Amino acid sequence: MNDVLDVALRLIIVFAVFLVVPLVVGQTEHKVMAHMQGRLGPMYAGGFHGWAQLVADGVKFAQKEDIVPAEADRRVFQLAPAVALLPYLLVLVAIPVGPGDGAVGQVIDAGIFFVLAVMGIGVLGSLMAGWASANKFSLLGGLRTAAQLLAYELPMLLAAASVAMAAGTVSLTGILDAFEWWWLPWQIIGALVFFVAGLAELQRPPFDMPVADSEIIFGAYTEYTGLRFALFLLSEYAGIVVLCGLTTVLFLGGWHGPFGADGLGWVWTLLKAAVLAFVVIWLRVTFPRMREDQLQKFAWTTLIPLALAQIALTGIVKVAIN
Amino acid sequence: MPPIPGSGLAKGLAVTLRTMTKRTVTAQYPDVQPELPPRTRGVIGLFEENCTVCMLCARECPDWCIYIDSHKETVPPAAPGGRERSRNVLDRFAIDFALCMYCGICIEVCPFDALFWSPEFEYAETDIHELTHERDKLREWMWTVPEPPALDPGAEEPKEFAAARKTADKLRAAEEARQAAEAQQAAEARQAAEDRQTPGTGTDTGTGPDTEQGGQG
Repeated sequence: MNDVLDVALRLIIVFAVFLVVPLVVGQTEHKVMAHMQGRLGPMYAGGFHGWAQLVADGVKFAQKEDIVPAEADRRVFQLAPAVALLPYLLVLVAIPVGPGDGAVGQVIDAGIFFVLAVMGIGVLGSLMAGWASANKFSLLGGLRTAAQLLAYELPMLLAAASVAMAAGTVSLTGILDAFEWWWLPWQIIGALVFFVAGLAELQRPPFDMPVADSEIIFGAYTEYTGLRFALFLLSEYAGIVVLCGLTTVLFLGGWHGPFGADGLGWVWTLLKAAVLAFVVIWLRVTFPRMREDQLQKFAWTTLIPLALAQIALTGIVKVAIN
Repeated sequence: MPPIPGSGLAKGLAVTLRTMTKRTVTAQYPDVQPELPPRTRGVIGLFEENCTVCMLCARECPDWCIYIDSHKETVPPAAPGGRERSRNVLDRFAIDFALCMYCGICIEVCPFDALFWSPEFEYAETDIHELTHERDKLREWMWTVPEPPALDPGAEEPKEFAAARKTADKLRAAEEARQAAEAQQAAEARQAAEDRQTPGTGTDTGTGPDTEQGGQG
């Protein structure tokens, strides 16, 4: 009985985090983007600096009509947003926030495997949406999504493999237990590759070529309205949370603070993830969208060689230590 | 030396970060009224009292958006036995702001200073017909016309001032000359009277030719 309660409580907490934190990231994006562009951003909804803007947006989305195109593959079309969103919720369960078993939804021995495999499903949602919409723009967007998924999954996996090599385990908690401060400079290339490839996985600018609202009018999501469209947007922000959390755990030492105060470990995790989320927004504001061929070239000729070099470096250092 | 690869990316990041720390430039318009310069072309105000229904504004308007109706009234003679005068009375003065292109020609050509630019700009309507504003509305806008801005130090004096001063100077000079002549004549008259009372003593003063000169001035 106690175990059931424990599991339920953990799931409820993870679910609450899943609903709240992406909204926080979204609101931060509103504000940070605005100020980086010399404007104010939302100011009215909710009173203080428009804090309720995204809640208001959600209400607006919920009111809109839910349209399924006549020619669409109904079932697939309707399932796609859920397929895009749910993987991030599952990943969130496995991310350790603080030290010990208490601060993680579920300790998984093959943590990295689980996390990366489940994150890979997310892009399936976009593919389903693109195919089922029976619309050439959606199909184009879906195919571009597929191409991008293939291109960027690989460097992401290689970078994560480097950390697993360094720690000698694929468990996320195990990696954090083995973490030493000098991993930071040692794994920096892998960290950059992982982060950038993760951005591309999320189809965030400057890697939002498949979505490209000005060229192929929102790509795979062209036909979506109302709440289903909102779910796609939410999955993007949940993806940011997951990516920043994973980067923190894998490369930045998670709950390890510089002062060794382990009682406040979860604060360090949240702080590092927040800084990374800020960087995600910062990159979006600064850089223009990449062209499809540049995008592919960047993945295959830059990120993958870098990731392989990181693995080689990790291996050399590992052997030298032993 | 070739630039370090990726330095352009870093520069871009620096620009956005710097902008974020600066104050935003958004004008919070409905909450905060904009500070408009005095010569803003917001709307045209009408100062009815100055309007003589000369129709110059309506005739010069490139869009033909000014509508003026008037009738003639006769005014009884000012003095008994005089002639009756007629004068124009304004019945309608309307500007269709849906047509107006805010060129300001009507204001330029008005010879009696009856039209002015007002910085008022919040008169949007949901129906285009309601943008034809009648004289009472134009009159209301007249009160929002700001004072003309002060001239820059060292600026050329306005034409009107220069002309007025020239006329005033001329008038003053004429007045002074007249006063001087009167004083001269008075002095002469006094002298003549004294001469008559004491003949033989005042003849050597020789004022005769001087009075001739003073009279001319």
